[in-house]
Amino acid sequence: MSWEKVFFALLIFPGLLYAVPTAWLMLWLERKFRARMQGRIGPPFYQPFFDFVKLMAKRRVLRPSFDSIFMMGLPLVSVSAGLLALALLPISSDSRGFAGDLVLLVAFLEVPSLCSVLAGFASRSIFGQVGATREAILSITYNLPFLTAIVALAYSAQSLRLVDIAASPAGGVRALAVLTICLCLPVKLRINPFSVSNAEQEIYSGPATEFSGPQLAMWELAHGLEWVALTGLVVCLGLTFRTGTWIGDFAIYTSLSLVLVILLTILATGTARLKIQQAARFYWRWGMGLSLVALILGVFPDIERFIR
Amino acid sequence: MRLIKKLVSMARRRSPWLFHLNTGGCNGCDIEFSACLAPRYDVEQAGILLVGSPRHADILCVTGPVTRGTRAALETIYAQMPEPKVVVALGNCPATCDVFAGSPAIEGPLDRILPVDVYVPGCPPRPHDLIKGVAQAVAILADQQPRDRRIIEGVNQ
Repeated sequence: MSWEKVFFALLIFPGLLYAVPTAWLMLWLERKFRARMQGRIGPPFYQPFFDFVKLMAKRRVLRPSFDSIFMMGLPLVSVSAGLLALALLPISSDSRGFAGDLVLLVAFLEVPSLCSVLAGFASRSIFGQVGATREAILSITYNLPFLTAIVALAYSAQSLRLVDIAASPAGGVRALAVLTICLCLPVKLRINPFSVSNAEQEIYSGPATEFSGPQLAMWELAHGLEWVALTGLVVCLGLTFRTGTWIGDFAIYTSLSLVLVILLTILATGTARLKIQQAARFYWRWGMGLSLVALILGVFPDIERFIR
Repeated sequence: MRLIKKLVSMARRRSPWLFHLNTGGCNGCDIEFSACLAPRYDVEQAGILLVGSPRHADILCVTGPVTRGTRAALETIYAQMPEPKVVVALGNCPATCDVFAGSPAIEGPLDRILPVDVYVPGCPPRPHDLIKGVAQAVAILADQQPRDRRIIEGVNQ
């Protein structure tokens, strides 16, 4: 990968210049669809942008220096991890990637959740601590099926390169693994029915309760980037063809991500919050079941051929 | 620089986040307040959100005469909100203590304790009035309407 390509991916597409407006668009779509489903009109499309500007312009709350380093640093790490994860996605057909970029992507996707756990404890608020504990427990429950699905994908493609996995033939393993990753999206994005860690009627905003002004703006942006990165991951892994042209890939990728956002919002609005035990049971039963089947099919491809 | 100032003022006008606090009222104003968030009035159209943490809020909406038990909480919450912030007194209670006036358990009215920017009278005020009051508060936030001089100089306290 040449340096120009790395900078292009980080700063223009699918990095900063594309990802930040798309993150705001996705946050707006989520709020708008929720409002429409509840019989309300909902916010105008520029709402997340103005929220961001307003929060950036708020005055800072004075804190002890060590705390303030943590509280400013963690959301920034979270935002940069989101951008780095996005830069790794193999969207156009001419992206090459490098060996092992799948492992790096999975690590970057886990950073926002880790940051949010640390932030909850760093803020020293009781609500933040409860939220952080819940987030940590949930991250164990969803990562088991999520990582098993990723391993199944990598094994069946015999590669740790995202490009090779995206180019591998469609089949049972790929369908089941992508379905498992889809199942993990609501809990990774902390939306209903798995909004346990930021349950607003119980613990306010969970780990973000004590954050204000620019720090909160960064958390919102990090959350938006998580939406872009995770929906993008599902589209990249689930799409079995590439159009060959840059514009075609871009259009299909963006529109499918937005459709996924709408579907997730419908799920979030239509359901109520589960308890943490119920969420864990769901992922360990159904998520684990699906991903184990994918893994077995991936390790023993003869079984799939036999069924066919 | 002027462009940034204009953008910030625009953003403050379009995304006011409210924190709602009952300081010992009868819950009448609070019911009217929640009606604003429901589909009929739907204040989210104007970017108004109800937030759970005072750290996230721009506008503090206070209902109820301030009782002895709630005064400390009120002061803490006001101190926790980052600047710029605006206080809205919802209903008659925070403005005059209404029927509770003269009670030994009351430390209000609200402007003895905090600088109040906007009063919304009524027992309870209708949701329209509430939205109008929030709109005035938003204008103060966006620097489009001057603050009451007494508030700036702290004579109220």
